[in-house]
Formats: sequence, structure tokens, C-alpha cells
Amino acid sequence: MNMTMAEKVMARASGQAQAKAGQYVTAKPDRMMVHEAFAACAWILKSMGIKELYDPNRVVVMLDHYFPAPSVSMADVHIMIRQAVEEFGIKHFLGYSGICHQVMCESGHVIPGRLILGTDSHTTSYGAFGAAGTGIGQTEMSYVLATGEIWMMVPYTIRFHLTGGPVPGIMGKDIILQIAGDYGTEAAQYRSIEFYGPVADRMCLSDRQTMSNMGVEIGAKFSFFEADEKAVAYVRKRTDEPVDAFGPDEGAAYEATHIVDITDMEPQVAFPHNPGNVKPISSTGNVPVAQAYLGSCTNGRLEDIAVAAHILKGRKVHPKTRMLIAPASKEVILEATKCGYTRDLMEAGAHILPAGCGACPGGHMGLLGGGEACISSTNRNFRGRMGSENAHVYLGSPATVAASAITGRLTDPREFWNETTV
Amino acid sequence: MKTIISGKVWKFGHNIDTDAMAPWKTLNAGWEERSSSVLHIRPGFIDQVGSGDIIVAGRNWGCGSSREQAAENMKLLGIGAVVAESFGRIYFRNSVAIALPSIACTGVYDAFGEGDEMEINLNTSRVFNLTRGIELKGEPYTPDMLKIIEKGGLMNVLKERMSEHQGG
Repeated sequence: MNMTMAEKVMARASGQAQAKAGQYVTAKPDRMMVHEAFAACAWILKSMGIKELYDPNRVVVMLDHYFPAPSVSMADVHIMIRQAVEEFGIKHFLGYSGICHQVMCESGHVIPGRLILGTDSHTTSYGAFGAAGTGIGQTEMSYVLATGEIWMMVPYTIRFHLTGGPVPGIMGKDIILQIAGDYGTEAAQYRSIEFYGPVADRMCLSDRQTMSNMGVEIGAKFSFFEADEKAVAYVRKRTDEPVDAFGPDEGAAYEATHIVDITDMEPQVAFPHNPGNVKPISSTGNVPVAQAYLGSCTNGRLEDIAVAAHILKGRKVHPKTRMLIAPASKEVILEATKCGYTRDLMEAGAHILPAGCGACPGGHMGLLGGGEACISSTNRNFRGRMGSENAHVYLGSPATVAASAITGRLTDPREFWNETTV
Repeated sequence: MKTIISGKVWKFGHNIDTDAMAPWKTLNAGWEERSSSVLHIRPGFIDQVGSGDIIVAGRNWGCGSSREQAAENMKLLGIGAVVAESFGRIYFRNSVAIALPSIACTGVYDAFGEGDEMEINLNTSRVFNLTRGIELKGEPYTPDMLKIIEKGGLMNVLKERMSEHQGG
């Protein structure tokens, strides 16, 4: 049987030669990624008298949603997490490195063909490296931590054939937003996605991570790109484990194939309060923004910051707008500093924040007040997501965020930037 | 847990997200504070809803975050079940894990008005509108899912599994 990427991963993870879409299996994940939800997991396990995890070496614990601690109570939660990490003998504690999904990739835990469960919906990001990443809640994670296994359905797969272009001024973010707008936020509900085609092939890993990350905004369980030479080279530098290219079998069965031609694509913006409420930048009208937010697991990487730095270098952030930059990891901040990007951005008037989830889920460091609008490179613009229930979040690419920061309103980045990335 | 559930219906629309069910600022708060903002998109709902009432929703109920509090808050509000055209994937899994009955059922949104009486058979996923005399067929649970729900949640399954290991 010729298998999709999802079928191949699920076959291996369930100890079978083959797996078929629609089948229910008991799967053993290769990695479990747990952020601050580990506090709840540890509490659940301890309250049941469970002192040993199935395999602590498969577990990676992070602190990112509340890092640095925004309150004494969260500082105490972090203490509890660190204690539990020691008690359970977990070696992979990466609590101070940045946002979980970025750090998982940087630290070599995301390997093509592997199954990775995380206590975060954006675990789909790992599909950029051909890994099957998906989110679960803390109760299910507790069960997996204790037993090493969980029920899963082998998902049906839909493909997006990315073709056309190259197009200057467009990023991976614009493509996934346009897909959410055109195909709806349920286009991949319960399904695995495979992005492929010439645009996917030439796309940088960072843009692939953005698209895999936001696969969950259209419902996806997994959100794959083929792990090609580029992906394999990145992962090999970061792990001693064997790393091989990984893709679907020829002739695998797909539920649907959608063709996305980017040739005439404009930068895209998702209007409040849903990631599927998408408009091309030319029809957004006059929307003043009080805040421009660049960061998150979706778009807080070096490539994203580089684009913003190119746009803002020698220019100034609008006096009525504040620009906040929360890089996805410490490694990203360091590299951005070595490249001179942080200086360019600060000279333009932007603030550089610590690496972490920050204001994206509504935690801290840049929440919105009533009536304020924010252009954001993040992934969700649900009502109240980044602060006040009366705030308005517009999602766009890092280029759109940077351009809008200059003018103080939603702005076509091509006014300032004409480079080709996809 | 009972496998026949009945109750009065409250209706919600499409794409009701996890952040509307469990806003970030309340995730770690006690129930009193948490409850005040559950489904804040519909002011007054938490004061009107009664124990055992059922939510009927449109497409993609629970889209968004992995936060389990979204499903947990429904349970704490006393909601007996949620029957929706479709569910966000992680929300659906979470609701199975904490034994909150959630049935995906095409046509349910149009078949029920607010205040109608619903009866659900969890074994068959059949959904009845007792007020209007309509019967619909929802997507059935797998035996594994049904077992988790009948045992009152995945943690009870884990407890049994652990005691079997210790006993054996």
C-alpha cells in the first residue's frame, strides 16, 4: 500500500507495517513536548501516586507562555515545574530558551518521520520538517506521560499544491492566510495536510514553519512539508540521531488536492475576530493601529526579523504606534543582534522583548486596551485574544507588521520592500 | 455515566473558539472568577443556564487552543452535552478525556430551536428533538472513546490500568 506522510508516521508509531486513513490505532509518540501545562500534568500524576514516567527521555519541558514570570503565583508554578522535572528525571528541560515550537526545532527534537505530541495547538509546526506534530490537552498528556501511548485516528490527507510566482513582497504567512480565507477554517478539520509543489520546494524553512504552524487554524491534525535536503541539513546540525529525507509514497491516496497559484497574490490580512476573515491588503481601507506586534511561534524567527529590519532600517515607527518585537527564541535574538537587525529595529523605535509567547495568547508584555487595534504577526485574532475584549487584532506577515508600524495604519509592505522570498 | 442524556437546548453559532470559553486571564483562577467569563460572548448566559442543559452549536465549536479549560468549563457550568455540526479537534479530544459528551451531528443546528428538549443516546449517537419530533444520527463514538466516557474520563482509565499493573 502506498501511504501518505501521516499514514507512514502512524504505521511506525503504532508498530505496524501499514496504516490506513480512518483506522484507529494505539500510538507511541517519539517525543512529548510539555510547556507550563506540565504543572497540571505533574499534579495529576502525583495525585495518582505515579512516580515514574513511561520514558522521561522522550519528554521535553519548556517555560514559554508565562516566561519571564509575570506574577508571583506563576513564579511559584515555575518552581513547582522545575522540582517535578527533577523528581521525574527529565533531562530535556529547555525552560529558558524561548517559545516551545521554535526551541523544539532548534534543539534537534523535531526529526522527519517522528510523531510528537505537545500540550499546544501549534505543535503542527513540526510538519515543516516532515514530523507529525499535534496538540493534546493536559489530561491526555498526563496519560501519555504515564503510559507512553494514546489512541489516535490515522487522518485522511488533503494536499495543497503551491505553484506560481515568484512574487515580491509575499511571505509564507500571506499564503496560509489566503488559504484560510479561500478554503475556510475547517478546510483541514481532523485531517493531515501535505503542502507541496514548486513554491513549497523553494520556500525557506522559516516560511514552511509559519505555514505548518497555522495549519491548525484550518483544523489540521498534522501539517506537513516533505523533509527535503534543506530540512534534513537543518536537523542534522542539531541532533546526533539519524536523520533521513521523508515524504509520501508515490500513488498515496488523498482525499482532495487544492491548487494554490500565488502568481497574482497580494499581501493578506485577517480581520477581527477570526483567522479566516481574510482580505487582500488593497481592500483593507484606512485602519489605524496602536500596536505593531512581531513575534510568536508563527513569525518570530530570524528571517521574519530580517524582513522587518530591512523595512524599518533608516525609518521611524509612527509616533502614535508602538512596535513590540518578541523573538521566538534566545538563539533568534542572538543571531538578530549579530546581524545588526536588533540595532536597526531599535534605532527605528521598536522595543525588543524577551523570547516567549508574550502577548500573543493574551499573557503579558503588550496586552491591548479597549478599542485598540494591533497588526500582529501571530496566529489568532479571536475576540479578546491579546487583551481587551474590545480590542481588534489584525493578522499579517512580518513585512506587513513592519510597514504598518511606519505609517501607523494597515499598509501594503510593497511600499517599502520589494524582495522575493517565495 | 448515563448513556441516555436529556436536557433543554441553548443555541450558539459557528466558530465559537476556546478563548471565548476560557479566556487566558482566567485559566489559572478559581471557579468563581473563571465562571464569570465563560462564553462571555453571550452576556447573561452563565446566570440562565441550568444543570443538565445541552448546548447546540454550529460548525467548529471549540476551534483554537489546546487549553482543556474550554471543555472543563462547560462541565463545571453543568452542561450535560454539546452537540455541534463539527468540533475543533483538540477540544473534541479533551472533552472525551474529561467525559463531557460531545456529539458531532450534521443538521443539528437547523433541527433545534433554543429551549427545545433534546435526548441523546451516547451508545448510538442518535439525537432526538423531543419538542419537534425530529431524529438525527450523529457520528458514533469509537468503543475506546465510549469506554473513556463511561468510566468518567481518561484519568479513571489510567487509575484502573495502574492498579491492574500493581495487582499483576
